[in-house]
Amino acid sequence: MTDLVHGEAVDHGHPEHESTEVDNRKLGMWVFLSSEFLFFGALISNYLIYSNRGGFEGVYPAAIYDIPFTSVSSFVLLMSSLTMVLAHNALSRGDQNGTKTWLFATASLGAVFLGGQVFEFTEFIVEYDMALTTNPAASAFYVLTGFHGIHVAIGVIMLLSLWGLARRKEGLSEKAGLNLELVGLYWHFVDIIWIVIFTVVYLLSTVPS
Amino acid sequence: MTATAERPQTTIFSRPKSTTGFWSWVTTVDHKKIGIMYGYAAFAFFVLGGVEALLLRIQLTQANSEFLTAGAYNALFTMHGTTMIFLFVMPVGAAFMNYLLPLLIGARDVAFPRLNALSWWIFFFGGIFLYSTFIFGTSVPPVGVDGLGGIDGNLAAGGGPGSFNFLASSPDGGWFGYQPNAGPLYSPGTAMDYWALGLQILGLASLISSINFIVTVFNMRAKGMRLLRMPVFAWMSTVVAFLLLFSLPIIAIALFMVTADRQFGALFFAPTGGGDPILWQHLFWLFGHPEVYILILPAMGIVSEVLPVFSRKPLFGYSAVVFAGAAIAFLGFGVWAHHMFASGITPVAQAAFGLATMTIAIPTGIKIFNWLGTMWMGRIRLTTPLLFAIGFVAMFTIGGLSGVTHSIVPSDWQQTDTYYIVAHFHYVLFGGAVFGIFAGLYYWFPKLTGRVMSEKLGKTQFWLMIIGFNLTFAPMHWLGLQGMVRRTWKYAPETGLEPWNVAVTIGAFIIALAIAVFMFNWYTSKRRGRLSGLDPWDARTVEWMSPNPTPEYNFAVPPVVERLDHFWHLKYDEDEEGRAAAKPDMDQILSDIEEEQLNPRAPIHLPNPSYFPFFVALGIPVIFYGIIYHTTMWGKALIVLGVLITLSSLIGWSTEPLEEPHSEHADPDEGYAHEPAEEVMPS
Repeated sequence: MTDLVHGEAVDHGHPEHESTEVDNRKLGMWVFLSSEFLFFGALISNYLIYSNRGGFEGVYPAAIYDIPFTSVSSFVLLMSSLTMVLAHNALSRGDQNGTKTWLFATASLGAVFLGGQVFEFTEFIVEYDMALTTNPAASAFYVLTGFHGIHVAIGVIMLLSLWGLARRKEGLSEKAGLNLELVGLYWHFVDIIWIVIFTVVYLLSTVPS
Repeated sequence: MTATAERPQTTIFSRPKSTTGFWSWVTTVDHKKIGIMYGYAAFAFFVLGGVEALLLRIQLTQANSEFLTAGAYNALFTMHGTTMIFLFVMPVGAAFMNYLLPLLIGARDVAFPRLNALSWWIFFFGGIFLYSTFIFGTSVPPVGVDGLGGIDGNLAAGGGPGSFNFLASSPDGGWFGYQPNAGPLYSPGTAMDYWALGLQILGLASLISSINFIVTVFNMRAKGMRLLRMPVFAWMSTVVAFLLLFSLPIIAIALFMVTADRQFGALFFAPTGGGDPILWQHLFWLFGHPEVYILILPAMGIVSEVLPVFSRKPLFGYSAVVFAGAAIAFLGFGVWAHHMFASGITPVAQAAFGLATMTIAIPTGIKIFNWLGTMWMGRIRLTTPLLFAIGFVAMFTIGGLSGVTHSIVPSDWQQTDTYYIVAHFHYVLFGGAVFGIFAGLYYWFPKLTGRVMSEKLGKTQFWLMIIGFNLTFAPMHWLGLQGMVRRTWKYAPETGLEPWNVAVTIGAFIIALAIAVFMFNWYTSKRRGRLSGLDPWDARTVEWMSPNPTPEYNFAVPPVVERLDHFWHLKYDEDEEGRAAAKPDMDQILSDIEEEQLNPRAPIHLPNPSYFPFFVALGIPVIFYGIIYHTTMWGKALIVLGVLITLSSLIGWSTEPLEEPHSEHADPDEGYAHEPAEEVMPS
């Protein structure tokens, strides 16, 4: 109480806190991602409900998956998690060149994955005549993978922004290191979700009889 | 936050300078100003929702009334429910959390002040977007749909003579938006798109603020403020934030699916294409049931603050109250299908959800008994805040008991879609949440203004409200059990339902009178109310260690918390018999605290105001207008424009530091003076 009333021990402006010792922004990102799990959980459940229901008109997504193709694009996305870690590692060693390289590599791999998704959607629509409006299973497929694609695209934009900052003469500062970590958290999350989608939606899907 | 800039910052806008007037409110990142704006906006929507309710009641006063058409009635009950839930009770909870959470945990601001401003502006634009349906929306009757032929004419909202024609542009699918009724086939026109996308925007605002509050509670507590020393309101805010965090993504998906159906021809809920309308109910109530705890838990937190202060006793079973709140939240995710007992779910599911629903009564009962235990043997001061808190406990108990009757499935089948249900949820949400909100408004009014609200007018309002409330909603129990159905604009005279309906309408107007008394009280007390001083209620928690009205920096010296009810323990000791006794130098202690807190020893760094939250939020409704009209050139242009506004503002945001380096040190005289009462209110 003496501390309180006379205030000697308290600095001005930046008081000590009771805290988790995790940076506010990092904790905020974790909290946000916990919400995102429910977001994709709902989408994947929707897909499973409809894809296992028989009797729809038109093509089921499970009938036309190109597993070898999607395996390759999944591999590309997984490798981008590796390059993300390498970028983070390079920055923590103070290696600006390495940071630049690996950030660009991560964004590129993400872009390649997105290209694959555009190709896949185009093929499904043009070759197999399966559109959003074909049946509920198709609706669920496009909305699920579409939202994942939007997440990847946002990640690519953030990675390219960081890459742009890293290309300046002074490179990425220590403060920006946290930004890179936050983008990394997000990026790994997007990858983990894809692992679930690839396994549950692509590999384990069968066309209901 | 003390990082020095290596070079001058260049951003789209220069840093806003004004500290008073319009732009100071637009650019503020101060949690208190944001809380005040949330509060005023929510109250304005409360009045709108109330007017909608009164129109509904005028229609139902007489049997076979012609005051409203069926379509206008649909529009009004839809907007009444949507407004009261998403635009009144939720944002008023956000107002309390914004204003009080940092103060209750002894912090100077929330963890992310600019994100906080962003959630407010997104909410504000979301509310405007939703209500702009009255200007831009269309709600046309379905054409050529089988089975509707006979009553087609009546379904048009603006159909009959003497009806409210502007309601022809209002959503009319209910606040629950059941499919396929609210889908493209049965609700053509754009009104339900405004509803679905408006809720989407409001959900985004709540999601952002939930992240903000969780991080604030975990990382920003004053020294010594351990989790189990936090005031119960701070605890309940945390629980609500987690509920929002985990339930909002589900409704976001469900609303995206509706929008995909309505705008892009997807088939999620279209029975003709194999879609499953029941899935909408599952998704909606998987969000919707946690939602009702989102609405009630802040009020429970408020009551848990008010009862101990005016009973002059510590809260009975503090940790039990906290854990019961958390338990309600957990159980709240496992009971959603009790809203769907009549939808054909299997008997096993009915039994399981019925039982799970009954278990909710356990933590709720713990809370009620703890509140009673708090008052028991207390030295009670019957002030207005306490009256409203007692009103909360009593009315909420009645609503809780009728809620248990719904968990018994055969009984629920009798009650479903009757006024008995309407009575139940108004007892918990009006008798509960709204009474709790008024208790909080009277209790914390001095923190906003440095003045105390009139007790005379306050008690007048309380008695008007408790009488009007019970006259309105108690008869609905028997009306419902006699078979009066919900969401139906007419009843026949021979049903004999008219007398009680007259009583209900009289009650509704008495509530309106009570609200008018409150508004008059607020307006006059803000100007001429008695000055409160530091501690008008002999309070217990640390927010009262900050002067009234709250200075911009909250605490010149942040408290160092030593125990639960820290502030009270500074003022009281135990005597020989173990009873509380005021310290002899209590007045001196209080004036020392006030002196200390009013005079910062050095300039205090606070986050600077910013234009960017406002403009980031501004782009979002523009995008959503674009989605509604995406088939036209204008729609596509709006999407591009909205994305440009939001993206460019985000870039500006990320290049602007939270705090200008050394801006305070440059001019130490321009400190954070104690603001006079008038300037705390928006003008």
